[in-house]
Amino acid sequence: MADVTMTVWRGDPSGGAFTDYVMPAVEGEVVLDVLHRIQAGPAPDLACRWNCKAGKCGSCSAEINGRPALMCMTRVDELPVGEPIVVAPMRTFPIIRDLVTDVSFNYTMARQVPPLAPRAPDAPDGTYRMMQIDVERGQEFRKCIECFMCQDVCHVIRDHEENKTQYAGPRMFIRFMELESHPLDTNDRRELLRQKMGLGMCNITKCCTEVCPEHIKITDNAIIPLKERVVDSAYDPVAWLGRKILRRTKRSAAEADADAPAKTHPTSADGPTPTPTAGIAASS
Amino acid sequence: MPDYESHDFDVIVIGAGGAGLRAAIEAQERGLRTALVCKSLLGKAHTVMAEGGAAAAMGNVWPEDNWKVHFRDTMRGGKMLNNWRMAQLHAQEAPDRIYELERWGALFDRTADGRILQRDFGGHRYARLAHVGDRTGLELIRTLQQRAVAVGIEVFMECKVLRLLKDSEGRVSAAVGYWRPSGEFVIFTAKAFVLATGSIGKSWQYTSNSWESTGDGHAMAAWAGADMIDMEFVQFHPTGMVWPLSVRGILVTEGVRGDGGVLRNSEGKRFMFDYIPPMFAAETADTEEEGDRWYDDHTNNRRPPELLPRDEVARSINSEVKGGRGSPHGGVFLDIASRRSAEYIRRRLPSMYHQFKELAGVDITAVPMEVGPTCHYAMGGIRVEADTEASTVPGLFAAGECSGGMHGANRLGGNSLSDLLVFGRRAGIAASDFAEGRTGAPAVADGEIAAVFAEATAPLERSDGESPYDIQRDLQETMQRLVGIIRTESELTEALVELDKLEERCKVLSVSGPRTYNPGWNLATDLPAMLTVSRLTTKGAIVRRESRGGHTRDDYPLPDPELGTVNLVQRVTTDGQYTLDPEPLPQMPAELRTLFEEDAH
Ligand SMILES: Cc1cc2nc3c(=O)[nH]c(=O)nc-3n(C[C@H](O)[C@H](O)[C@H](O)COP(=O)(O)OP(=O)(O)OC[C@H]3O[C@@H](n4cnc5c(N)ncnc54)[C@H](O)[C@@H]3O)c2cc1C
Ligand code: SF4
Ligand code: SF4
Ligand code: FES
Repeated sequence: MADVTMTVWRGDPSGGAFTDYVMPAVEGEVVLDVLHRIQAGPAPDLACRWNCKAGKCGSCSAEINGRPALMCMTRVDELPVGEPIVVAPMRTFPIIRDLVTDVSFNYTMARQVPPLAPRAPDAPDGTYRMMQIDVERGQEFRKCIECFMCQDVCHVIRDHEENKTQYAGPRMFIRFMELESHPLDTNDRRELLRQKMGLGMCNITKCCTEVCPEHIKITDNAIIPLKERVVDSAYDPVAWLGRKILRRTKRSAAEADADAPAKTHPTSADGPTPTPTAGIAASS
Repeated sequence: MPDYESHDFDVIVIGAGGAGLRAAIEAQERGLRTALVCKSLLGKAHTVMAEGGAAAAMGNVWPEDNWKVHFRDTMRGGKMLNNWRMAQLHAQEAPDRIYELERWGALFDRTADGRILQRDFGGHRYARLAHVGDRTGLELIRTLQQRAVAVGIEVFMECKVLRLLKDSEGRVSAAVGYWRPSGEFVIFTAKAFVLATGSIGKSWQYTSNSWESTGDGHAMAAWAGADMIDMEFVQFHPTGMVWPLSVRGILVTEGVRGDGGVLRNSEGKRFMFDYIPPMFAAETADTEEEGDRWYDDHTNNRRPPELLPRDEVARSINSEVKGGRGSPHGGVFLDIASRRSAEYIRRRLPSMYHQFKELAGVDITAVPMEVGPTCHYAMGGIRVEADTEASTVPGLFAAGECSGGMHGANRLGGNSLSDLLVFGRRAGIAASDFAEGRTGAPAVADGEIAAVFAEATAPLERSDGESPYDIQRDLQETMQRLVGIIRTESELTEALVELDKLEERCKVLSVSGPRTYNPGWNLATDLPAMLTVSRLTTKGAIVRRESRGGHTRDDYPLPDPELGTVNLVQRVTTDGQYTLDPEPLPQMPAELRTLFEEDAH
């Protein structure tokens, strides 16, 4: 078989450049396999993330030939033959090194989501009854593997670092929608979404849906319905209540907001980890 | 000494898979200052990859099911070598742990009347696995991750712990490690430590495990003087992918067989009917017709032999391939396409469908898969006290895959996820109690800290040495070839010689590049643990001169009743020597023993 040329971005927060690696082609390989062979050969310090190598953990996101993709699920033989394969880090997040970026923004945003507040159990033994059809809506969103590629392509933050403090992004919008459609939940997060999570900044370009490796219909099934519900909250709280069919008790937006872990636990208000990567984020 | 950052907590949990998350949640909810440390990003631990489900005798599908049946299945699956008390606690508490996940937001698949649906798996008499399609691990880890965030646990991610250090009284007092992003050193002091570092599979060539499964927790506990048990028992899962070569070892869930898939050889024969062992003959179908009827009627039919415990199935596949009846790429065929509708397969096994389609170009709704055994799970590990998960070293607890005892000689599918929850919680409780009772601030000697730093940075200071990748590759080849699924004394002894050589090579390897996110350097720091667990596995395998569960000896093909009464307990002494002693199994009380008396069902 012919050789494959992989053009990999290498560098750190101070800058970097693309480097070509020419490797013998091996049948059936994915982009991540070739990177592993580069590590075991010419560049042992080439940084990239991975865990499952089967599209299940969302660690190995990168931009392959300019498009966000999981490196472990992109077969070399599906890319144009004879052309170099260009592998770059996700652009929206600060560089740590080579293909590894600082994705702590996503973890910080996750901390702002008020958690599930379950209704009272249905059965005397403390268990619940939920129908398959009712859990399926939430299950669609819970397929998310947190690859953060939808965050990467979203133009609201892709070239606008300043928006990151006030924008949850598509990954977190589906988390909100998951909770919103969760058969057990009683929290109302609509005001929070409108005022602090930047739902209004999304203008439904659908780029996020296009890159989602789990094929979650982020815009149609989460963002658009959320936008409708948030509008409802301003005009017609009764309509919203009606939609939350199985709910028995309901809590106010202020109560739900007060549940947000970032508030109840001030030690973690700066995000999940006091890692040095946070420092890099600030300096780049 | 190089600069380092330090943090002090009441409880430090090392590992953020299911076991570590559950332990940390418990400690934090009890009001202790708790932190989680993990090598990857939060939510990416090995647990995320689990597919089939979590076993718990909730009796939602088969009301006949209860903890006693689950307990019995677990012990028999483990060839009676399990710590009976752990198996009992596990069977009794698993349902509560599953319902708790539901309260925290997990959305399991449902029965028609709205309860949690349960699926069939090998070795479980009733459909028992709570699941979400074939992505149960993702549901479990995400639920626990979100709960951990909600209760405000501090998480130190992409931070690797190298060593545990003790105070002058022998209590574990500090964990020394480094940040992978910056390469800077960090020290965590605490009153109690929980190890939840997962598996050891990365020391084998073909494995379902991720890069993290280098046995760090196993090794760190052993280096700290903890007893290790059952290290010879490594589970080779019968169905890993075999082609393309680059994906060889990636798991194909047992759920495929639980949902109706069957194994065939190159002649199209369902060969498992030829391999039914006497211990399971009474409860295994001996005709295809009966096996097929069982899916709808468990009461009047016996289970198909494809659902025998994993060790049996893996060995059978191995002998079919050896006998020249394998598939083109050296496996056998796993066929669900001819047995279930395409719609059913896509709904029940979406990620398997996806995985084969994308990685192998195979449509599993149309043609059979090619599968073969892959290194999957470590039954052995840190010896713990059944009720508290306390190791034999004060201040050190262990839960999940890095602990030993619960699964005996062979683990049943689905029993790991529930194990993580049951014993993760128990470890969290006991570590909290220990921390509350501990007096004096944890203190360790500066000299010991400096020694850990020096050992870690040595490869960066050398040049012109071998690459850590070469040593890893040779280690994996050695373990695959000599300490694999079928073992013999001569090969095991040869493996020890090879391991000595690899250890010498490790002393002179070198890595280039900076310390910031340097995978070559990271691997160099993994190798000592990989070598230690490989040695423990090999040494145990030599002494266990019998075949039992996950340990098969070509030269001793039968179980030895004497060896069936002991655990092999190994220790690493302070000067690096390995010792091994057989110790009698804990004795099961009479009322539980009666469960095994009428063995024909
Ligand atoms: C593909 C696959 C499918 C499976 N399917 C099932 C199933 O359906 N049902 C079932 O019951 N079981 C299943 N298993 C087994 C089960 O998933 C594992 O046994 C279980 O997830 C192990 O969990 P754990 O919490 O012990 O460790 P892991 O989830 O492996 O987590 C280990 C953690 O420790 C951290 N760590 C390790 N070393 C260090 C260190 N030195 N410093 C800091 N942190 C460290 C890692 O970063 C990670 O966070 C499956 C396994 C695989 C591979
Ligand atoms: S649809 Fe909205 S969230 Fe998705 S990429 Fe476009 S702007 Fe971003
Ligand atoms: S929604 Fe899809 S694209 Fe976004 S993080 Fe989740 S899996 Fe990735
Ligand atoms: S390595 Fe897990 S998604 Fe690619």
